This record gives sequence, C-alpha cells and structure tokens, in this order.
Amino acid sequence: MPLLAVQDLSISFGGLAALAGVSFDVEAGEVAALIGPNGAGKTTVFNLLTGLYRPTRGRAMLDGEDLLGLVPHEIARRGVARTFQNTEVFRRLSVLDNVLVGQHTRLSGGLLGGLLGSPRVRREEAEARRRAETLLARVGLGDVADVDAASLPLGRQKRLEIARALALGPRLLLLDEPAGGLNPTETRELMRLIRGLRDEDGLAILVVEHNMELVMGISERVVVLHYGKRLAEGKPHEVARNPAVIEAYLGSGSGDADA
Amino acid sequence: MTRARLAGAVAAAAILLAWPLVVPGYFVFLATLVLVNGIVALGLNLLSGYTNQLSFGHAGFFAIGGYATALLTIHAGALPVPVTLLGAGLATALVGLALGIPCLRLEGLYLAMATLAFGFVVVEAILHLDWLTRGNDGLRVPVARLGPLAFSTEASRYYLVVVVTVLMVAGAVNLVRTRTGRAFLAIRESEVAAQTSGVNVAAFKTAAFVVSAFYTGVAGGLFAFVVGYLSPDAFDVFLSVDFLVMIIVGGLGSVGGSLIGAAIVTVLHDSLAAFQNYRPLIFGGIMVAAMLFMPGGVASTARAWRRR
Repeated sequence: MPLLAVQDLSISFGGLAALAGVSFDVEAGEVAALIGPNGAGKTTVFNLLTGLYRPTRGRAMLDGEDLLGLVPHEIARRGVARTFQNTEVFRRLSVLDNVLVGQHTRLSGGLLGGLLGSPRVRREEAEARRRAETLLARVGLGDVADVDAASLPLGRQKRLEIARALALGPRLLLLDEPAGGLNPTETRELMRLIRGLRDEDGLAILVVEHNMELVMGISERVVVLHYGKRLAEGKPHEVARNPAVIEAYLGSGSGDADA
Repeated sequence: MTRARLAGAVAAAAILLAWPLVVPGYFVFLATLVLVNGIVALGLNLLSGYTNQLSFGHAGFFAIGGYATALLTIHAGALPVPVTLLGAGLATALVGLALGIPCLRLEGLYLAMATLAFGFVVVEAILHLDWLTRGNDGLRVPVARLGPLAFSTEASRYYLVVVVTVLMVAGAVNLVRTRTGRAFLAIRESEVAAQTSGVNVAAFKTAAFVVSAFYTGVAGGLFAFVVGYLSPDAFDVFLSVDFLVMIIVGGLGSVGGSLIGAAIVTVLHDSLAAFQNYRPLIFGGIMVAAMLFMPGGVASTARAWRRR
C-alpha cells in the first residue's frame, strides 16, 4: 500500500474546475515530483492535502486514513508537513522560534504549565531547543538562530521553512517550489538535502518544482498535471519522452513562477 | 542573565520596595495605579500584540474583575485576598471564554466593533443589575484582608499590588517563551503557516481571550481595593482606548513595553488632570504620533538604540 494515495481529486472555484479527477501515489521513502505548466493545479493539490481547501470530490489516503475531511492542524498532527511557494516564515520571530513552532505538535506544555513555568515544561523546552538547533545546523542556518526570520535572504528563508516542516517530525513532506529563486549552487545543496531526507530519514517527499534539473535528478516518480488533469505519471525519463508532455510544455510557456 | 541585567533587576527591585518609604502618599497611589494598569496592558498585549486580536472592550473585563472582587469582599469578607482576586480573575476569564468563541469568526475591524459593543454591554449590565451593583450610586469596596492583615493604608495596598504584579509578569514572561506563547505569535505572523505547523488556531485564539480576560480581571480586582469605590462611569470606552494606547505606545508583543506604556499613559493622565475635556484629543494625538514615529513602541525603539 502506498503511503499517500490520491484518488479522483477534484475541486472547482466558482464553477471553474481547477482539478478534475487527479490520481497518483507516493510510496514511503520516495521522492515524487509534481510538475506542469503554470496554473496546472500543483499548489492546489498541496492546499487540498494540507486541509486549506476542501475538495469537491476525491480522497487522499495517508496510510489508509482519508486526510480530506480533516482541518489543517489535524493533518499536521498526522505527519504531513509543507513549505510554501511564496515563503510563509513567521517573519518577526527568530529563526530558532520558527523551528520551535514547527515542533508544536510534539510538545505538550499547556497554558497553565506555561504560565507557571513548571519543571516539566522547562525540560521539554530545553529539549525542543536542542532539537531545533540540530535541525538548523542540518539546513545550514546554525549561525543565524537568533535573528528575525524576515531579515534572511529568500534562499535561507526557504531552508528555514524546510527546517520548520521537519521539526514536525513528518512522514510526508510537501515542498512547494523549493528551488524557486535559488542559484545553481544553492539548488545543488538543496538536492543533497532532499536526498539525505529520503535516504537517511526515510521520508516520503512530494515536490512541486519547475527546475527540471532538480526534478530529473532526485525524483523516482514524476506526475505531470495539465489544466487540472493528470497528463502523465511515471519514471523521470519516461515522462520526459512522453509526446503529450512535450506538447504541453512547448505549447504553453513554462519555467516562470506559478500563479 | 548578564551582569548588567542582574544589576538592573536588583535596582528595579530596590526602587519598587523602597518607593513608599521615600515619596509622598500620592505618588504611592500613582505608582499603584501604574502597576494595576500594567497588568491590564500585559493581558491586552497577549491578546492584541501577541495574537493580533484587537480589543476595544477591555474596560469591560476590568469592570467585571472589579465588581466581582467588590461583591466577593462584601458577601464573603472572610476570604483571604488572594482567593478573592483569583476568583475575580477566573470569573472574568469565563466571560473572556464566552466572548472569545463567537469572536473567532471576526477579524480586524469587525472584531474591534464586537469588543467595543461588549464594553458597552458590561456598563449597561452594571447599571441594570442595581440590586447587586447599586447601579449609578456605586459600590463601596471593603478593605482587603489576609488573615489578621488589613490592607488599609496606601503603602500596604501598594505592596499587595507589587506582589501580584511580579507574579503576573513572571507568568507572562514564562508563557510567551513556551509553546502557548509561540503559538500566539505564530497566529499573528501567519495563520496559514501556524495551522499547517499543527497549531489549532481557533483553540489558541480563544485561549488568548481567556488569559487576557484573567489578567484584566485580576487587575480590576486590585483596582477595586486601591480606589475603594466602583461606579459604572469609571469603565467607559475611553478607558478601553487608554489600555490600547498603553500597548501601542509601549510596544505590541512586548512584556516590558506593556509596563512602560502603562506607566507613560497613567502618569500622563495624572498630569493632564486639569485638561480632562481634551483627554481623547491628547491621547488620540499620542497614539497617532506613536504609530507614525515609533511603530514598534518604546520597547522596539529602545532595542534599536541598544543595537547601535
């Protein structure tokens, strides 16, 4: 059984079908890429999988449980973490605090324990801080833990979002254009990081990306969306040779930021 | 804690403790009011500065805490004052819960309108429950007691307020550094990212209302003891605006800023007593100036200066 099984996923906005009957799987420990021209519905898939949108039809089974009836924080609690295309870091919080918020579901300190500063809460906080520092070191942000997230350049904000998502302890990680705005060196670092997450942590990763070097370089499976429908699914080299895919890409401009 | 901070803390503690011994009685009263308002500002800041839910109705919570304390002291005079204040705080927190849940659906201007209306409703309720609150005649508040101790002098009430303030500040400092406080801030910064990080936004927004009301209710209880007399006209909408001015001038999302803002507004009020009619004008002007020239309040301006 795949870790994530998306079946017949459909959503309309004001009568316009943004996604129509999209199905695909993501296996445990696999990197899958979701590609397609602008407006194909890639980010919409993420917004559905994380509960920000409600589908008009379809299911998304995570380990046999349908995510699509759940609200966002319940989905997060089940181990689905994401980043955002136009970064959504907590701008006026420190880099460290951003990652600490990411650990929200793993901590249990409540209102009263927080007010009273109970020993249990203090211990838990100290552990959380250590974990956050480890994660920041892993994504290469160990030196900026105390600065405001807003003051980081875009490339580092994107890595911060990945660290925050990892802090959740996810089973499935959704990366929305992680290489957007990165230079080639940063992109290669990112690819190394993503491979490490798959090989060392056994994470399943679904990535929306326009950068074909990254898509072809790290993914085991590519799903192509076009006008809200699945155009193709398969191994990277198969998809790259698929005439329908080539037609879709050449027929409409691509490579720019998604709408 | 660095040596400089430690020295600062010791100096602040010494000033706080010695204050009634070195200044005339009136300034003891004024300092007491500063601390009472400081607790309100803390509570309001947790809601508005930390969680981005603007309230124009905190005079209502303040009144509920005050009347609850007065009524508890009148009808259950044997209760020690910590129990009375805790009871008043919890009663106010319950009202905060009742207001917070329907307010979940509101944001920005609409939330401001709803809380504004809440403030008016509280005053009307006090007027109409005159069998309990004595309406416009006002309510005389008996002296606070703790066993054999009676807080009948200005200085003794000052020390009572100091102790409660220290506890409330410590609670707020703890809270904002832990999971709950971070969830508040995350909601302020990005509700979408907070949700997808696993924060139950509705629950924490409501929790912010409850904590905020608790703080303001306890402060209202202290206020009742400090002034010794309550009447509904003391809790008008201008008081709610004053509380907002405190946190805007002091610094949204800052514990220290809440206290500084409370001090500035309270002392300014006192020195402008002769110009009572111009109060809204003067405070409106201060608020606009603070937003224009110190958008982060005194707290962030001070931080920026220190970094130079």
